[in-house]
Amino acid sequence: MTDLSANSGDLTAGGRTRSRLRKRNRSQIMLQACGIAAISFAGIMLFILLSSLVSTGYKALTQTHITLEVFVDPEQIKEERLPRGGFRQVLAATMLTEFPDVEGRANIRKLTDVLSNGAQFTLRDKVAADPTIIGQTISLTVPVSDPFDQLQKNLVKRETPEEQRRVNDQQIAWFDALSEKGMISEPLNWGLLTNADSRFPELAGLRGALVGSFWALLICFLISFPLGIGAAIYLEEFAPKNKMSDLIEVNINNLAAVPSVVFGLLALAVFLGWFGMPRSAPLVGGMTLALMTMPTIIIATRAALKAVPPSIREAALGVGASKHQVVFGHVLPLAMPGILTGTIIGLAQALGETAPLLLIGMNAFITSAPGSPLDSATALPTQIFIWADSPERGFVSRTSAAILVLLTFLIMMNALAIYLRNKFERKW
Amino acid sequence: MYDTPISERKVDQQEVKFSAKGVQVYYADTHAIKDVDVEIQDKTVTAFIGPSGCGKSTFLRCLNRMNDTIDICRVEGDIHLDGQDIYDKRVDPVQLRAKVGMVFQKPNPFPKSIYDNIAYGPRIHGLANGKAELDEIVEKSLRRGAIWDEVKDRLHEPGTGLSGGQQQRLCIARAVATEPEVLLMDEPCSALDPIATAQVEELIDELRESYSVVIVTHSMQQAARVSQKTAFFHLGNLVEYGETSQIFTNPQDERTESYITGRIG
Repeated sequence: MTDLSANSGDLTAGGRTRSRLRKRNRSQIMLQACGIAAISFAGIMLFILLSSLVSTGYKALTQTHITLEVFVDPEQIKEERLPRGGFRQVLAATMLTEFPDVEGRANIRKLTDVLSNGAQFTLRDKVAADPTIIGQTISLTVPVSDPFDQLQKNLVKRETPEEQRRVNDQQIAWFDALSEKGMISEPLNWGLLTNADSRFPELAGLRGALVGSFWALLICFLISFPLGIGAAIYLEEFAPKNKMSDLIEVNINNLAAVPSVVFGLLALAVFLGWFGMPRSAPLVGGMTLALMTMPTIIIATRAALKAVPPSIREAALGVGASKHQVVFGHVLPLAMPGILTGTIIGLAQALGETAPLLLIGMNAFITSAPGSPLDSATALPTQIFIWADSPERGFVSRTSAAILVLLTFLIMMNALAIYLRNKFERKW
Repeated sequence: MYDTPISERKVDQQEVKFSAKGVQVYYADTHAIKDVDVEIQDKTVTAFIGPSGCGKSTFLRCLNRMNDTIDICRVEGDIHLDGQDIYDKRVDPVQLRAKVGMVFQKPNPFPKSIYDNIAYGPRIHGLANGKAELDEIVEKSLRRGAIWDEVKDRLHEPGTGLSGGQQQRLCIARAVATEPEVLLMDEPCSALDPIATAQVEELIDELRESYSVVIVTHSMQQAARVSQKTAFFHLGNLVEYGETSQIFTNPQDERTESYITGRIG
């Protein structure tokens, strides 16, 4: 008892021990505060990024459409001449039936400007698909052109002086009249995903970029996954440990840190220059991305192989398994979750990579989705680059929307990596 | 076995299984094993005792060439198994390890089913023709490992789900599945509780009837309980080797005496 009371006396007493203790506690609190501050800062930055993207990008999630009752005039459109025909004139006539008092070429032109330039092609495709509608009146829903889309979304302000906006008062009046008749609608913008690129923002979509990115990533995976794992297994399990393997290791780590634009230049010189492979093709894009992804996969695989407990190797060796059987029968399956995680993260990096694709020409203006990896295409990040560079106002919100699409894919890939890691992680 | 006083326990088998002459082991520049000569008998439990770092595990791992997997390790001298040099260039360590099974300090079942744990060795060595034969080997091995009754109803559950003692007996069963002639055990009980230890020790005594067993142990009591012959290692030297009864009751070297009486180690 006396000991205890003496101890408890010590515990509350002041003196040097106590001031030292206070100092230690203070430094711990400081450290924690720094950590919390850093995380908060990162969180705020992420919030600002996302909220700015969402606040501009959500406008592109809908697209203003107009529904017209079109009389497919047999005078203008003849079945035997399809797919040629006066589709533009038919649409102009339709608009004129709504506003019969509009006269003069310039004014009619202003009126038809409400419609997207793609409207005539939509009508053409519809007639070409079913020529029996010639001579009938059909209901046609087409996008309105970009300035009117902006007007509908209140991005073009009516208060702005007429000479400073892209639509004049007369056009606004027409548009409002159409709106009152219930012909204007604002449905979800599926065209953003299903259309390929276009000069006209209201028609531009990411289909070409999505397909291009898919092909590029597939090729990147097919090249970098087997090569990366093979190299990692050899280096980790079979290669003799000497100066040479040290040198290789240092170089692989360096490769992982090489700026991607350098890989782009390399691909430009080697794949396009020497081998004469097609420009702008996802095949070349995938090969370039594979150059970048391979070091990541090698490093992740080596770490995963190292993390397999030596007791498993010993157990397998102990019953007489050969080195090859130990690696492929025991070590590799156990390392697989780590390898997959590393690979997916590497591919996610490749998905967002822009610079090397710019150098091999994957920022071309291509209005159709590629049918094969050899066709010209864009990729998601380069499409964002193209749109961000475009002067039309409609591309501003579309750029943000495209970034959101890209981020969604990245988040999905990273979530898959985490899921795989948790699912296959083994406990010893 | 526990009833027999160690002084009366005699080695009844004189056939030599392993014979080592002038074995030297180097780890890079460290001389880990210095000039060890030893003859290990068949159907006998031989215990290697000695303080930590004395080289007993290193020497054990020379016997199935597990040291080959360590790049910086170099083994010199002659080790013969049944008169054949196991470090001969024509000897494949893979084949040697099927003949000389090993059980490790920490139970290390494969993260596979109990059945696959046992069947792995016979499969890679092609010991079974067909499923029925493999089933038979698995059952026989698990019975030898004295674990059959505990696992026979859950052969397809993961081996890692067993308790520590069961895992170690599973590892012993896995080692005997390839029909080895020698079983090397590197501190097989150091991660087990006393009850599991007793079970494994009992098992070792049973295994002696079919195999030559070499066991490295830190516990002198264990060496005294299970072995017929004991080798005492100290600082890389084989200090004394003889019948367990003699080592523990009448050591010839004073270092042995100091160790078993607890003065060094």
